[in-house]
Amino acid sequence: MSYGTHHNKDVSGYWKANVRIIIGCLIVWAICSLGFAILLRPALMGITFMGTDLGLWFGQQGAILTFVALIFFYAWRMNRLDKEYGVEED
Amino acid sequence: MSQFVINLIFVGLSFALYFGIAIWARAGSTKEFYVAGGGVHPVVNGMATGADWMSAASFISMAGMIAMNGYFASAYLMGWTGGFVLLALLLAPYLRKFGKFTVPDFIGDRFYSKGARLIAVVCLILACTTYVIGQMTGAGVAFSRFLEVDKNTGLIIAAIVVLFYAVLGGMKGITYTQVAQYVVLMIAYIVPAIFISMNITGNPIPGLGMFGTTADGTTMLTKLDGLITDLGFTAYTADVPDKLNMFLLALSLMIGTAGLPHVIIRFFTVNKVSDARSSAGWTLVFIALLYTAAPAVGTMSRMNLVETIYPNGTTSAPIDYEVRPEWMKNWEQTGLLKFEDKNGDGKINYYNDKSKDEAFLANATQQGLQGNELDVNNDIMVLANPEIAQLPGWVIGLIAAGGIAAALSTAAGLLLAISSAISHDLIKTILKPTISDKGELTAARISMIVAIAVATWLGMNPPGFAAQTVALAFGIAGSSLFPALMMGIFSKRINNKGAVAGMLAGLIVTCVYIFLFKGWFFIPGTATLPDDATGWIMGINPLGFGPIGAVINFVVAFAVSYMTAPPPKEIQDLVESVRYPKGAGAAVDH
Repeated sequence: MSYGTHHNKDVSGYWKANVRIIIGCLIVWAICSLGFAILLRPALMGITFMGTDLGLWFGQQGAILTFVALIFFYAWRMNRLDKEYGVEED
Repeated sequence: MSQFVINLIFVGLSFALYFGIAIWARAGSTKEFYVAGGGVHPVVNGMATGADWMSAASFISMAGMIAMNGYFASAYLMGWTGGFVLLALLLAPYLRKFGKFTVPDFIGDRFYSKGARLIAVVCLILACTTYVIGQMTGAGVAFSRFLEVDKNTGLIIAAIVVLFYAVLGGMKGITYTQVAQYVVLMIAYIVPAIFISMNITGNPIPGLGMFGTTADGTTMLTKLDGLITDLGFTAYTADVPDKLNMFLLALSLMIGTAGLPHVIIRFFTVNKVSDARSSAGWTLVFIALLYTAAPAVGTMSRMNLVETIYPNGTTSAPIDYEVRPEWMKNWEQTGLLKFEDKNGDGKINYYNDKSKDEAFLANATQQGLQGNELDVNNDIMVLANPEIAQLPGWVIGLIAAGGIAAALSTAAGLLLAISSAISHDLIKTILKPTISDKGELTAARISMIVAIAVATWLGMNPPGFAAQTVALAFGIAGSSLFPALMMGIFSKRINNKGAVAGMLAGLIVTCVYIFLFKGWFFIPGTATLPDDATGWIMGINPLGFGPIGAVINFVVAFAVSYMTAPPPKEIQDLVESVRYPKGAGAAVDH
């Protein structure tokens, strides 16, 4: 196997872009779960949503829906990035 | 037809389905299924991984935890799903590109060290065996109820079935069997949930019904809060003052999910790196179907329980023990539901006698109550749910089949991970490379039997409810394997010495912390410190220790690596190569 020699574009740019997308997604991941549902819940308790408060809804449903959306967003975004840098699979 | 016979028919039919599929998948076109890459579609792989993932803890125990712990249990819901984001972003695509078979394979190769591989095997065995204890506890509960035997007999029957099943299911057709198990366990979970949600809120979608309105105009959660606070329990939606432990528990389950070997290896089997990313998404879709219904099942079963005991409202008298419903009598036989008439009035006085509210307790005493008289094990809530809600007999049979499917599919996946680590990584790669194929297979089978025996013995006196025991397994995986895998991909500087020191530090500190409170090696009666807030060091619950162990792992690994020589060029090239999807080729089948 040849390592990293057959790329026609700047491959370190690809990795940096990947890491940037990962960090962005992880920030959303953390805010919607550990944030809204746990640490920030006291601040959100006053907001009524779906027959309960926003923090509880995130804890029991909202965070899970966010996770699903995040993974599909990441998969879609990475497929585009793979093509941009020409590192997609054959 | 008696309920017992209906249960047997449903469980029997579902078993016939699994074995039928296993035989069909094997006898069909083996080459198509098992050649390189397998061509398992991401959606199919997602469904199978969902079944592999959703265990007795998810199916049987989680809703009970939610019912009794309320908002705090959100940590379980988020923890067991949030880990898939970490898996999809940080591990799955890169491990797929690496293209080997097991987790110790990656750690051994990336850290060019037999020691690292060996430690990875030890971490894997500790995490997976602890996890199997949780499965056995859950499966034991299901069998004891539906075969109408006591808890330990149920556990032993479960062990025999799991062993038989794992040896048979250990064949490669397992993916399709797990798809069938997913369908069975999902139908079994959702059908009763729909009925109950319809009864209480009129909304057929449980995930929405939970946030809906009941017949008397109040919202479902408000009504539940009212009922249980009347009985001296904490409101379901009440905030938890101990944010630290809730935060740590959620995070621990997340990194543990991403570090558990039996899930990671599922992403070795898809065709392409891009499929590894989306397959994690599909897995989570299938898991979310159950996980968004779970809080509804939990809250509604709690409400049904209270309304069964206090049919005329919580301010009036509870029912007489003599006229208790049939389901209570059934569960009493298992020992998981107990009644003791402390004040001799013949009524089931169910309330929170450990309430911190002095006025409430004084009032209870004044009414002649001498303590709570009904003891309900969390783990029975889901299984008892259809009976509590008076659903037809076939629904009860269905949920029996589903609970057993959930426990079996996960136990089989875990036992495969354990046996392949011992036979492939430990014996074949490290101890005795000359071993024959037949010898390797024998070693795999023996290690499976030993793992089940240990898990069964410990399952008789589990360190917690199924869901809690499982949480401990996640702490172990999250503090040892997850950081090592992540550093192996995201840092070129971590060398063999750093990785070994980091994994050892994370694993030992986490295990010692857990054993201090849960008993050494989970042996009952050997705990050093009391397992409550008074004993916890710096107030940290052992269930949530995973992230602390992980941080220790990261810090030690970086410190040792930077004090020693960087990894050789070819290892740095290996790290470079796993970062780019191009040239992944087909995964090799093992």
